[in-house]
Amino acid sequence: MRIGLLYDILRWEEKNLVEESKKLGFKLYPLYTKDTVFFSNELKLNEDIDIFLQRNVSHNRALVTSFIIEQMGYHVINDYNNLILCENKIFTTYLLSKHNINVPKTYVAFNRISALEYAKKLGFPVVVKPVEGSWGRMVAKADNADTLYSYLEYQEFTNQKYKDIFYVQEFINKPNRDIRVFVIGDEVPVGIYRVNEGNWRTNTALGAKALPLKIDEEIREIALKVQKIVGGFFLGIDVFEDKERGYIVDEVNGVPEYKNTVRVNNFNLSEFLLKKIAEWVKR
Amino acid sequence: MVILKCPVCGGDVSVEDDALPGELVEHECGAQLEIIKQNNRLNLRLAEEVGEDWGE
Repeated sequence: MRIGLLYDILRWEEKNLVEESKKLGFKLYPLYTKDTVFFSNELKLNEDIDIFLQRNVSHNRALVTSFIIEQMGYHVINDYNNLILCENKIFTTYLLSKHNINVPKTYVAFNRISALEYAKKLGFPVVVKPVEGSWGRMVAKADNADTLYSYLEYQEFTNQKYKDIFYVQEFINKPNRDIRVFVIGDEVPVGIYRVNEGNWRTNTALGAKALPLKIDEEIREIALKVQKIVGGFFLGIDVFEDKERGYIVDEVNGVPEYKNTVRVNNFNLSEFLLKKIAEWVKR
Repeated sequence: MVILKCPVCGGDVSVEDDALPGELVEHECGAQLEIIKQNNRLNLRLAEEVGEDWGE
């Protein structure tokens, strides 16, 4: 099998994919997108490649390169359509909600005054998130209207892409952890708890500790249902546990990182992913 | 190993022969560097800072 690897930074995951491809006897063609130039009248590549794997850390580069490579007639995991749905939190939340997946109660407002006013409907504390973003960056919890006002004002005067779209969510009173499960093809092979004793945000990028997760049938079903709704072959799904409402899907990641998942589960995710891709290509 | 020059301090930086572009290297001068390929040879440049759109 010949796999193209679209990437911009060679993180642990990408190095591991290179190593595991070698072990499996697959040919891996790394395409370093930062120094690649694409011409619209040259929609072909020199290499003969069966499928591409999208691993760009920059959402912009991921979305654009998935799109261009797909125009060349290749399949990309994940495709640009899936990346659009995952990278924009509004799209993910509303799409999942429409399909009766439990998500945090959320509203979107287009001015600061409405954003402030309607927080009362949710009840404080509320969470404000950038429409696009990762690693818990700029995700803030407002305990009262005064704090919320300050966050909204900060957002409005930043230079972020969606600075005048306010995405406000109820605060889920979860334990000091959340869940990350991985969907690969039609399977949910592995997951972790992300535990943070000192920060309500449970991103590992913010210091949360990864612990192995035993995947129960309910979470498996939710993960596969989410995959059917947003598409994509390789997803990292973040789930909260709520005492009354059960599992609540928070976010879906289209280019998931998995270094800590591999470490604590002793599960070779790169190998599993590559083998599943090979099965899919053969079909 | 290949010996390259740090673009910040000019010091030597050794990287593997089969290093790939995009690999990050910490140099003793404190610079975070990124391996690139120019004219089919490995080289170094200052690594890009974390962008607003970076992440999973």
